Amino acid sequence: MDNFTVGVVVFPGSNCDRDVSWALEGCLDIRTKYLWHESSDLSDVDAIVLPGGFSYGDYLRCGAIARFSPLINALDEFVKSGKRVLGICNGFQILTESGFLPGALTANKNLNFICDDVELDIISSKGGWFNNGGEKQTIKLPIAHGEGRYHCDSDTLKKLVDNELIALRYKNNPNGSSFDIAGITNENGNVLGLMPHPERACDETIGGTDGLFTLKSLILK
Amino acid sequence: MDQFAVKVFVRLRPSVLDPAGEATKSASIKLGAEGIKSLRIGKMIEVKIEGNGENEVREKINLLCDRLFANTVIEDYEYSLEKL
Repeated sequence: MDNFTVGVVVFPGSNCDRDVSWALEGCLDIRTKYLWHESSDLSDVDAIVLPGGFSYGDYLRCGAIARFSPLINALDEFVKSGKRVLGICNGFQILTESGFLPGALTANKNLNFICDDVELDIISSKGGWFNNGGEKQTIKLPIAHGEGRYHCDSDTLKKLVDNELIALRYKNNPNGSSFDIAGITNENGNVLGLMPHPERACDETIGGTDGLFTLKSLILK
Repeated sequence: MDQFAVKVFVRLRPSVLDPAGEATKSASIKLGAEGIKSLRIGKMIEVKIEGNGENEVREKINLLCDRLFANTVIEDYEYSLEKL
């Protein structure tokens, strides 16, 4: 795994890119490379993180403009090849807007920007992003979002449930998400989108270590 | 080439909760407005666009609405078109 490199995408308005890089490099000794959104050359990265923030100022809808960047256009082939893509917060919004994951994320039910630690039940470990094989099936991660209310129609929800695509559910739904959904994967399991921030929970002294497993699983084949 | 003025209205689908609309409805009632049964907030996008006739322009606007202006998972759209 010496040369394994995670690409961390930087859009205008991304603000968690450096946190993600710090968590991967500093806490997990995984090499990272920043990828400017106008780049479409993904040949020297083995996995990709779409970090949180406010890409393109969240204009029109969160993630709506980012979807048209050259990098996101190149992502289709990357995903089809089975390589892993993790979308955190704004990254999750971009993944739904661009059709890599079903559903949409919209304004929190109470209209507040919620910045808090939340407890999450691990529902599925599809893709190996979460450890639900052992005793610990609940994790605590920080959330920080104004538009994190997951919405999908009933047919999509049934598909998510039937195919075990729901990765995380809030224990105490903070934003009004359908079915308490906090994170989902695609059918292959190589794409995960979640509103909570695993990169902010990678060090015991600043918020716990429940995010480490998910970031570490970027290096899974 | 003909030029058209297009007004696109993007609305949350009826089944999708509109918290901003609910908050504005609540404020409207506090203002003393009576009889408000529902209030929902959408977006209006004005576009001036050229094309060879109305059909070609409608095709372009449909593409823009389906792929960019609206997220059809949660939003509906309609538009009006006026030849300039």
